Amino acid sequence: MSSTHGQTLPPRAPVIAPGHTPASVTDKISSVVLQRTPRWFFGALAVTSGLLMMFLFAVTWLFAKGIGIWGNNVPVGWGFDIINFVWWIGIGHAGTLISAILLLLRQSWRTSINRFAEAMTLFAVVCAAMYPILHLGRPWVFYWLMPHPNAMGLWPQFRSPLIWDVFAVSTYATVSLLFWFVGLIPDLATLRDRAKHPIVQHIYGILAMGWRGSARHWHNYEVAYGLLAALATPLVVSVHTVVSFDFAVGLLPGWHTTIFPPYFVAGAIFSGFAMVVTLAVPLRAVFGLHDFITMRHLHNMAKIMLVTGLIVAYGYAMELFMAWYSGNEYERFVFLNRITGPYRVSWFMLILCNVIASQLLWFRRIRNSVIALWVLSIVINVGMWLERFVIIVTSLHRDFLPSSWGMYQPTRWDVMTFVGTIGLFLTLLFLFIRVLPMISIFEMRTLVPEAKERRPS
Amino acid sequence: MHDHSPDAPGSGVAPGGGGPVAPAVGPEMWRSLEELARTPEARAVLARAAAAAPLPDGVDRRSFLQLMGASLALAGLACTRQPIEKIVPYVKQPEEIVPGRPLYYASAVLCGGAATGVLVETHQGRPTKVEGNPDHPASLGASDRFMQAAILDLYDPDRSQVLTYLLEIATWPRCVEELRAALASQAAVRGAGVRLLTPTVTSPTLAGQIEAFLAAHPEAKWVQYEADNEAAALAGARIAFGMPLVPRYELARADVILTLDSDFLATGPGNVRYARDCGARRRLESAGSAGMNRLYAVEICPTSSGALADHRLTLRPRLVPHFAAALAATIGTAGIPMPAIGFDDRTARWLAAVARDLVQHRGRSLVVPGAQQPAAVHALAHAINVALGNVGATVTYGDPIAIHPTDQQAELTDLVADMRAGRVDTLMILGSNPVYDAPADLRFAEAMAKVRWRFHHGLHHDETAELCHWHVPATHPFECWSDARAYDGTLTVLQPLIQPLYDGHSAHDVLAAMLGRAGTPGLDLVREHWMATRSGADFDAWWRLTLHDGIAAGTQFPAREVGLREDAVRAAVAALPPSGAGDLEIALRPDPNIGDGRHANNGWLQELPKPWSKLTWDNAALMSPQTAAQFQVENGDVVRLRSTGGEVEAPVWVLPGHAEQCITAHLGYGRRRSGRIGTGAGFDAYRLRTTDTPWDALVTLERTGRRATLVSTQEHHSMQGRDLVRVATAAQVAHGDAAGEHGGESAHGDLSLYPPHPYDGYSWGMSIDLGACTGCNACVVACHAENNVPIVGKDQVRRGREMHWIRIDRYFDGDPATPEVHHQPVLCMHCENAPCEVVCPVAATTHSPEGLNEMTYNRCVGTRYCSNNCPYKVRRFNFYPFSDTETPVLDLMRNPDVTIRTRGVMEKCTYCVQRINQVRQDTKVEGRSIRDGDVVTACQQACPTEAIVFGDINDPHSRVARRRADPRHYGLLEELNTRPRTTYLTRTRNPNPELEAL
Repeated sequence: MSSTHGQTLPPRAPVIAPGHTPASVTDKISSVVLQRTPRWFFGALAVTSGLLMMFLFAVTWLFAKGIGIWGNNVPVGWGFDIINFVWWIGIGHAGTLISAILLLLRQSWRTSINRFAEAMTLFAVVCAAMYPILHLGRPWVFYWLMPHPNAMGLWPQFRSPLIWDVFAVSTYATVSLLFWFVGLIPDLATLRDRAKHPIVQHIYGILAMGWRGSARHWHNYEVAYGLLAALATPLVVSVHTVVSFDFAVGLLPGWHTTIFPPYFVAGAIFSGFAMVVTLAVPLRAVFGLHDFITMRHLHNMAKIMLVTGLIVAYGYAMELFMAWYSGNEYERFVFLNRITGPYRVSWFMLILCNVIASQLLWFRRIRNSVIALWVLSIVINVGMWLERFVIIVTSLHRDFLPSSWGMYQPTRWDVMTFVGTIGLFLTLLFLFIRVLPMISIFEMRTLVPEAKERRPS
Repeated sequence: MHDHSPDAPGSGVAPGGGGPVAPAVGPEMWRSLEELARTPEARAVLARAAAAAPLPDGVDRRSFLQLMGASLALAGLACTRQPIEKIVPYVKQPEEIVPGRPLYYASAVLCGGAATGVLVETHQGRPTKVEGNPDHPASLGASDRFMQAAILDLYDPDRSQVLTYLLEIATWPRCVEELRAALASQAAVRGAGVRLLTPTVTSPTLAGQIEAFLAAHPEAKWVQYEADNEAAALAGARIAFGMPLVPRYELARADVILTLDSDFLATGPGNVRYARDCGARRRLESAGSAGMNRLYAVEICPTSSGALADHRLTLRPRLVPHFAAALAATIGTAGIPMPAIGFDDRTARWLAAVARDLVQHRGRSLVVPGAQQPAAVHALAHAINVALGNVGATVTYGDPIAIHPTDQQAELTDLVADMRAGRVDTLMILGSNPVYDAPADLRFAEAMAKVRWRFHHGLHHDETAELCHWHVPATHPFECWSDARAYDGTLTVLQPLIQPLYDGHSAHDVLAAMLGRAGTPGLDLVREHWMATRSGADFDAWWRLTLHDGIAAGTQFPAREVGLREDAVRAAVAALPPSGAGDLEIALRPDPNIGDGRHANNGWLQELPKPWSKLTWDNAALMSPQTAAQFQVENGDVVRLRSTGGEVEAPVWVLPGHAEQCITAHLGYGRRRSGRIGTGAGFDAYRLRTTDTPWDALVTLERTGRRATLVSTQEHHSMQGRDLVRVATAAQVAHGDAAGEHGGESAHGDLSLYPPHPYDGYSWGMSIDLGACTGCNACVVACHAENNVPIVGKDQVRRGREMHWIRIDRYFDGDPATPEVHHQPVLCMHCENAPCEVVCPVAATTHSPEGLNEMTYNRCVGTRYCSNNCPYKVRRFNFYPFSDTETPVLDLMRNPDVTIRTRGVMEKCTYCVQRINQVRQDTKVEGRSIRDGDVVTACQQACPTEAIVFGDINDPHSRVARRRADPRHYGLLEELNTRPRTTYLTRTRNPNPELEAL
């Protein structure tokens, strides 16, 4: 990441607005949690939990009836289920990147966004993890994918990328949860100390695990957090690499490509940062957090989106080039079919969203416009969803034997399940911002000028 | 609760059109027929109904509560214990019955009266699978789709199950009583008001009974009617030879064959045998020194026979007779003059080349007329065969197997006239459904309403049963004793394989009742007939042998000497109607899958993709791309077709390879009263049919602007230039160019990170000779029956979820107007480097030590990754619980050796692993190893042309190993290094060099 402290460059925008003291930071952030629940919150939660109910309804019907209620078929064995899985997993990546890699790189600007980015990661993983279970023909035996002692001689087949997925995603979920929770402990203690209601005090007290803020605590905390960051760092790369293996290991033209791992990781970070922007902009406006989530943050995220977007665009170009250069008739056909076949609209939309629209980020004026950034972030999220749609559906629907070609049409149940997971995600997010500090209080305190002054330079 | 799934699926009974499941019961449908409502029976029914009328309208609170309370109390009472059943082991093991081991009984499946001998596999008294009888001349062990589907006909849950009078349940004794009374009332006029309507009868016993009845009632009349009748063929033989004779082809000896709109390899009497004989001359390995035959096909609508042909020519219906006349004239037959008709250039050159080829192969050639062609074409074909010296060599003539070969079309017309004139008092319909399948212009139902006493006997409570007073459920041929003749006259005695499932009676029972012998067992009836007619000693030994073998040796009809009546043929040619031009014609043909409609309620046949169009669950107005463009219609557009007989609305399906300026509509669809499967599927093409031209008509086409959903299992016609079906000519193969025109990338050899698996014992493999596949679908239905493959219904097929373990891919090549068609059966390839195996997370699909790619259903969690990664897309997923486990009668049908798959698991071809294991056990007991030919897969066993061969690749002498050594051998998508075990032989054709450029 860019971190030149050149004298010639104009001084950077601060990562926290001037005039803040540790006390004002603490007040500001903890008040979001400890104040009375604002009325709009119930309205918003009603909407998202309504969507969540729809999800539960769709899933109940799915369990009752079978995968047949979806649009999946032969040849398109995977549809919305795996598209959404990859999409959600990808979104999670920004959180881990921000918390782990930027921490290790000492990027102090991450501080104000890492907490909710991590929460976003966690909730995105929850949504993503639904799909591998839901998409099974027999979801009630999902645990057969995990090694466990049993009398039936069942053991996972370790050559299958789906098994790698199980390990990658479950490790990722575990580390992300730990990382998030460890980072929360000092703030939970702050909330414990500030809460007025005895029950609330007790709950935060239990969760704070006896944090007293002693030097020893801080030392242990720093070591643990550093270690977890180091653990999480490879996961940023590994999880989506493994997810990409689901496709790259298959022999299907359009899937069987060595470029998939880097291109998937870049795409994941691309979409993850887009989602952080999508969430940060309204949060900052609603809770008046402009002082903490400054334009500098948005600028930096826009730059990362631009870079990863370019990597993704390179991936698309290279796929096309290799399809032509390989001389393989099936590869060539698949890409030709993506561009000219019945799903060409989704391909063109994907290029428009991910490649063309993201070039706007070169312009400072766009990066300076909160609205433009927010709209762009949504466009990129749509584009990344379309990318997974194109990769999965257009590769499957016309493969080797023209006799088995077919079409894929999602059903209302597919759509309901997808929108339902968005409901799940938002519900979790709303609950999170209501009960936990969405910005790391203690880390923000280190950013105020007072903290800087005490530190020997 | 109403089922919200788009189509409640079921193995035998997925709903087709959602018609009435239960017969519509109630006297109100009779009110329209005034005389019925006035009968005392109907009045009694009405009186009973009135007496049982419910509470008066105003129910007060008190009585409502009383009723509710009582209902609740009764609801509690209803929970009684299950009845006590005793499970008793065999105290004495019945001879030959070993639990878990099937027994095979010889019987026959009838199609239009003609018997094809079968061996029926029964498990503990349940017939589960039909195989061809290797001793039977019409089968030689092979079968067709109808024979394979017969087992589902037997277990069809929508079969008529109770005897009814005026749609209310009645008893057989009462029925017999009334029947006797009705006949007695006619005794005074010597039965003048009695009519007996049956399909074509080839059963000597039944014919004997009918004759006895007619002897007792001399004025009564017996009418035979079959929608797909042979009236034209018999008339043609009468013209040519002066007597009704039927040709029997000796295809093994024919070097050059021309069909005139005949699908002789897939439909009609003897088709299985013909396909076997013809197939033997299409496979290079078996053609031997005689070489491949050359097959020319003149067609209107593409057929399986046309798919196999080296050269196809399409003509509209009214041109075919003129083509035949021109051919006869070119060859110089019977002094037939060249018709004054101008064929287009291609047709003319085609005709000339074919004529030359036929003449060059004098005595080794053959012309086969189609059953739906007019009498003149049959006469011309016979004349050409006589002129070419083929009679006695490639064709012989014998007596028809129908006991009374008559002009069925005319007989039915007379019957309708009699009914209309009020001359018919008692109408006995045995096994026919004329209300549905009589030509539209007869208005059969209307005429039948004038008959006082109507009796119907049939497997289904169908359109005719609905309008009859009495309906007696028939027994399926597998439930009763009977006899029948094969295409060559060979006699088969049909023995029952199971007790009648329902309250059924055979036609013999009904005739016996008419003769005053009600209750005589069917066995006695059949035995008596043969005891009386058969001369020779030791009847019991003959009887036992006949039952055991499934044929009575030496009963085929001898070949007759024939003399051509040239004048008559010339006269018939002179009387040919003009060929017309500019008119739109329609050809009406029996459906390739459901025949004349009798198989409409058979789910296996309904879901079976039609050989060329790959349509399922529907018929359509089939037309060529050019004709469709001319009328500006495309697939699914509903058009209104109007003939002199009537009009129908039909969806269009554009079929490359169809003749121009004409439409084909298949009969058998649009059933109004068939069952869950058949009712409402497709449109009723009989409404266009007239008595004078039953097989074609002039129609007008009018667009309606509406659209209908037609479902095809293969929407893409082209191979996209890919190396999928390789084609070579026999000449190219002889010169060592076996890869042919599509010769593609070679395999990578044994590229693998892992050491190859040593196959020390058996190593199974399959080879399919594409040159012999007609796309007839027998293998697909055989797989249904053998492997308990469910059907899914039209809506699920539309969603791409059909479950066929073996499918027949069809590709068109070349000009859409005159395409070459290739059929390629595709089943699991059992790849050595199986892409499905590596991606399964739970090891549910694994490689067996003998090379099979095996599915472990109860381990499968249903990720569908294996299907995604299968380049052949042969894996099938249970998106819903497709297997119908709710309908009890279907439980009897299942093959007990094959698991019923539940919802959410993947399935696919197993190479009939249950058969391999059975043979393995048997040979172990015998202390020997498995020999080539011991293991026969279901598809292989059914295949009439022996295109499919299965066996041990490790055995260098096995048929499959020899095929793998053939230079024409190749694997599909071999360049992916999947190393398939199912492989193909290049399709070898034997084109006429003269026509190559055409």
